[in-house]
Amino acid sequence: MSDAAPALRHPVTTERPLTRWLLIGLVITVLSILLFAPLIAVFVEALRDGLGAAVASLGAPEARSAIRLTLTVAAISVPLNAAFGIAAAWLVAKYDFRGKTLLLTLIDIPFSVSPVVAGLCLVLTFGAHSALGGWLVAQGHPIVFAFPGIVLASMFVTFPFVARELIPVMVEQGRAEEEAALTLGASGWRVFRSVTLPNIRWALLYGVLLSNARAMGEFGAVAVVSGKIRGVTATMPITIEMLYNEYLSTAAFALAAVLTLLALVTLGLKTLLEIRHADALAAARRH
Amino acid sequence: MHIDIDEISKEFGATAALHPVSLSVPSGALVALLGPSGSGKTTLLRILGGLEFPNAGRVLFDGQDATNLTVQQRRAGFVFQSYALFRHMSVFDNIAYGLNARPRASRPPKAEIARRVANLLALIQLPDIGARYPSQLSGGQRQRVALARALAIEPRMLLLDEPFGALDAKVRKELRQGLRDIHDTTGLTTLFVTHDQDEAMELADLVVVMSMGRIEQIGKPADIRARPATPFVREFIAA
Ligand SMILES: Nc1ncnc2c1ncn2[C@@H]1O[C@H](COP(=O)(O)OP(=O)(O)O)[C@@H](O)[C@H]1O
Ligand SMILES: [Mg+2]
Repeated sequence: MSDAAPALRHPVTTERPLTRWLLIGLVITVLSILLFAPLIAVFVEALRDGLGAAVASLGAPEARSAIRLTLTVAAISVPLNAAFGIAAAWLVAKYDFRGKTLLLTLIDIPFSVSPVVAGLCLVLTFGAHSALGGWLVAQGHPIVFAFPGIVLASMFVTFPFVARELIPVMVEQGRAEEEAALTLGASGWRVFRSVTLPNIRWALLYGVLLSNARAMGEFGAVAVVSGKIRGVTATMPITIEMLYNEYLSTAAFALAAVLTLLALVTLGLKTLLEIRHADALAAARRH
Repeated sequence: MHIDIDEISKEFGATAALHPVSLSVPSGALVALLGPSGSGKTTLLRILGGLEFPNAGRVLFDGQDATNLTVQQRRAGFVFQSYALFRHMSVFDNIAYGLNARPRASRPPKAEIARRVANLLALIQLPDIGARYPSQLSGGQRQRVALARALAIEPRMLLLDEPFGALDAKVRKELRQGLRDIHDTTGLTTLFVTHDQDEAMELADLVVVMSMGRIEQIGKPADIRARPATPFVREFIAA
């Protein structure tokens, strides 16, 4: 190399100042355009006619029903998915069986299938025109255009999050600690509670927070299965869209601001836990 | 406890990990399972501990058929190759785990558990590390904690898979003596797996040489040295 001297003064891993500032500037610009500006815009629009108007619009029956529905759907689908995710990750990580690759592919399907298509599949399977759906309607338990359909759609789109977070962690940790607990006399359930669960708690929390954010924000799949019945099956994202299409800007953005706040609370919770338990997190990763 | 292994065989799919093997371990013996990697040592140890079940054959504890006992019913103190300490628990809680897992009727009171853990920590000569976490321990300390955890359940036998495998030469030497001492104090029938013939010969009363899922020779270290039964044994102990 002809100019070895400058290379020595500049270690290869350190960029020249100009490069560094260019990179930082680029990242900040992109972040501002893509993330910060829309976020601020939501709140600005919501408060355009003053805080009173925004709060009043949230008191409307339609908005209250949407908030209640979205929170209920998340409260049901997230725990169920956490349980399924743990079971699936457990199977994949701790056992060898035929069809494991197939299971992994199946878990990923919601990531690759458009939510709208997923919603249509649910309608085809459970709609009044299918055999199963017809029977369910006759029993007085309709799935499509009703609450259960919304829960199913939310579960479908959020299914991979918990499993995907857990699988690498569980694979990495192996089965030895669980086997050790068994040899020490613990029952299967006790092993799960006292060894498996504590070892995956951080990954599980991440997965749960991610699926919660997605469950509350899902539009496409829910739009198809819910039938968008005002005040009944319209979730927050659906109601926001309907209000916006009707030029009810304040109401739309006030509800959007609430949804955004819920997401920010989730994010804040995650950050808080990360700061609080930085040591435990590092230890879990290091070991 | 006297252990009999009667014509045990084990297959994993198409791989035969153990061709029928038989072995009788007298009560209180310190036995080494010696052989190269893949010879079936771990599989045999796991079958004894109830973590794996044989395709055929029987295991007898003190003459009683134990083949179908669950892992919990075996009460075997098992020390894993990587120690498998519970990473999210303190050393104290690791050692107390087996006692806390007992059904309420036979669970000792808290103070009694604390006393037993303290005794075990003294036995492994690490009296002051109860509050530490596994990630804060050296390899040798982890191995000794794993041993104490296994001893806490008042096991009927002690099974150790490559207990010195992950340690450097100096620590290995110290811990060998440590294991011998603990075996002599507790009088427990003890089987340990190793691929290091010096370790087996120096430590064990009885050495079981294995190769490719078969037992090649069983004997006292001096006898195996003096009269290797097969060409494999001759070559392996010369290496
Ligand atoms: N869970 C398992 N699944 C498939 N094959 C296994 C499993 N455990 C062990 N084996 C195979 O059985 C043979 C004996 O393995 P092992 O008992 O671990 O030997 P060692 O401990 O002497 O190295 C090896 O060929 C190994 O690949
Ligand atoms: Mg092994």
